[in-house]
Amino acid sequence: MQGDDWIDILDSPLPTQAAITFITTPDAGGMAIFLGTTRTEKNPQQQELIALDYEAYQEMALPQLQTLATAARSQWPIIKSVILHRTGRVALSEPSVLIAIASPHRHEAFSACRFIIDAIKADVAIWKKEFWADGSATWVEPNAPRSTT
Amino acid sequence: MRITIRLFALLKDRAGADHLTLDLPEKSTIAEAVKELRQRIPALADHLSNIAYALNHSYTQPNTPLQDGDELALIPPVSGGSGTPARHTSGTPARHSLK
Repeated sequence: MQGDDWIDILDSPLPTQAAITFITTPDAGGMAIFLGTTRTEKNPQQQELIALDYEAYQEMALPQLQTLATAARSQWPIIKSVILHRTGRVALSEPSVLIAIASPHRHEAFSACRFIIDAIKADVAIWKKEFWADGSATWVEPNAPRSTT
Repeated sequence: MRITIRLFALLKDRAGADHLTLDLPEKSTIAEAVKELRQRIPALADHLSNIAYALNHSYTQPNTPLQDGDELALIPPVSGGSGTPARHTSGTPARHSLK
């Protein structure tokens, strides 16, 4: 945590309340908080998803998240921001990513949140593996066939 | 010269290791390193066609020359964020926009 941005990759449950506290400021008229969570899913074999497991190239992903925070600040008047991503096992309903933005007006906070989550999904060196009820697991490769391990 | 290769996700599973070292001739490129890797670990061969390259933590192109001590990461399509991707998507995900 430093300055007005809190950017980190954590192997423990994301501290949602601490993030809200971090961005709380009387200068903000809007605070947008996005939590991306593990949702129920079935694979083509009709197996239920039981959890996701995230792996990060920490030395690259962390600077990438910091670059995203800077890029968002160049586009919107952000007062405080938080970008946190989980690694390791994330059970159903638990958040794997948390983005919290405080800005003078709600529109900027919403826009910055969307920009950051879209960029994370497209560019940041983080991968997830799906674990299914039958014990199988698949790495998620967007736009590629599933690869079972 | 000697470089370190970092492997992630499916590549790590297939190789059974998250990193390894390669001894290469001076002025070898990333593409030449990957060719050497393909011969050394045939299990990776089918998974090297849709990857990006990061040299010392920044995305770069396969014709980039390497130097002794470099860290070359093979980056499979990323999948951070939440949930699972929509099925049957098309198009190529944006890559390389974060330098």
